[in-house]
Amino acid sequence: MDAGFLREYLPILLFLGLAVVIGLVLVLASVIVAVRNPDPEKVSAYECGFNAFDDARMKFDVRFYLVSILFIIFDLEVAFLFPWAVAFGDIGMIGFWSMIAFLVILTVGFAYEWRKGALEWQ
Amino acid sequence: MTAAAFTFYLFSLSVLAGGLMTVLARNPVHSVLWLILTFISAAGLFVLLGAEFVAMLLVIVYVGAVMVLFLFVTMMLDVDFATLKGEMARYMPLALFIGVVILLQFAVAYGSWAIAPGTETRVAAPAGAMENTRALGVLLYDRYFLLFQLAGLVLLVAMIGAIVLTLRHRTDIKRQDVIAQMMRDPKTAIEMLDVKPGQGL
Repeated sequence: MDAGFLREYLPILLFLGLAVVIGLVLVLASVIVAVRNPDPEKVSAYECGFNAFDDARMKFDVRFYLVSILFIIFDLEVAFLFPWAVAFGDIGMIGFWSMIAFLVILTVGFAYEWRKGALEWQ
Repeated sequence: MTAAAFTFYLFSLSVLAGGLMTVLARNPVHSVLWLILTFISAAGLFVLLGAEFVAMLLVIVYVGAVMVLFLFVTMMLDVDFATLKGEMARYMPLALFIGVVILLQFAVAYGSWAIAPGTETRVAAPAGAMENTRALGVLLYDRYFLLFQLAGLVLLVAMIGAIVLTLRHRTDIKRQDVIAQMMRDPKTAIEMLDVKPGQGL
């Protein structure tokens, strides 16, 4: 790739490097400087005074997954909109209506999940 | 070594280390975090290739959405990792066998790798001088119309499948009925009683 294009990304690269350095400094400084004197009470989970009842892992409602899966699907839908919007002047009528058809298909799904009450938290 | 080459080696090293640690990490939550590092480094490699849009999608969709779901599952799910580790020894021979078979298949495939003549004309249209988000847009919605609509249908199937598989309406809890709340009339909701002292209701 040409150098001019990559030069625009140099600030992001520097930012990334700086983020890595700051993160490493913060973690390593506490490893090196901080006093560590663990005992079983200190390293156990803190639960506002009483002992922890059980493990943090537990069975939980499957509707949490439903919300996140629906989020990912609409995330992807929005991702398809970006190139369409950028190339809007070049794609012509077929491109325009193909995106409208795509949106209609997903709107059918959206109407279905709304009618089924999948967006309601009960 | 130019700066671009240096960055390429940096990101490649990071992808390899992240992938390796994803497999080797003992704690599955750490595995997911290493996988996030792998995806971010892969996004860096895509930027170096000039595929900015794919790079940003990798960060938004994979790191932002898919990996959060993975993290959610591995952190919260009720999986007993001790018994899983115990069963690993049982399936190790089968896993090794499958790994060796895949490795041999790769060796066979790469040993006889040859690009057919005329392949260059069959690859997708060149982007030309356009920036690649625009090039994708020009190709995707027009030339690959059918594939694009099929992608929409796949998303629809995923949506309906997720709802059918997981949505269970519970009947044992009270739900809010907004219309009923707003249509409530104080005349019928409140009843005035004249209670005599010392008698109660």
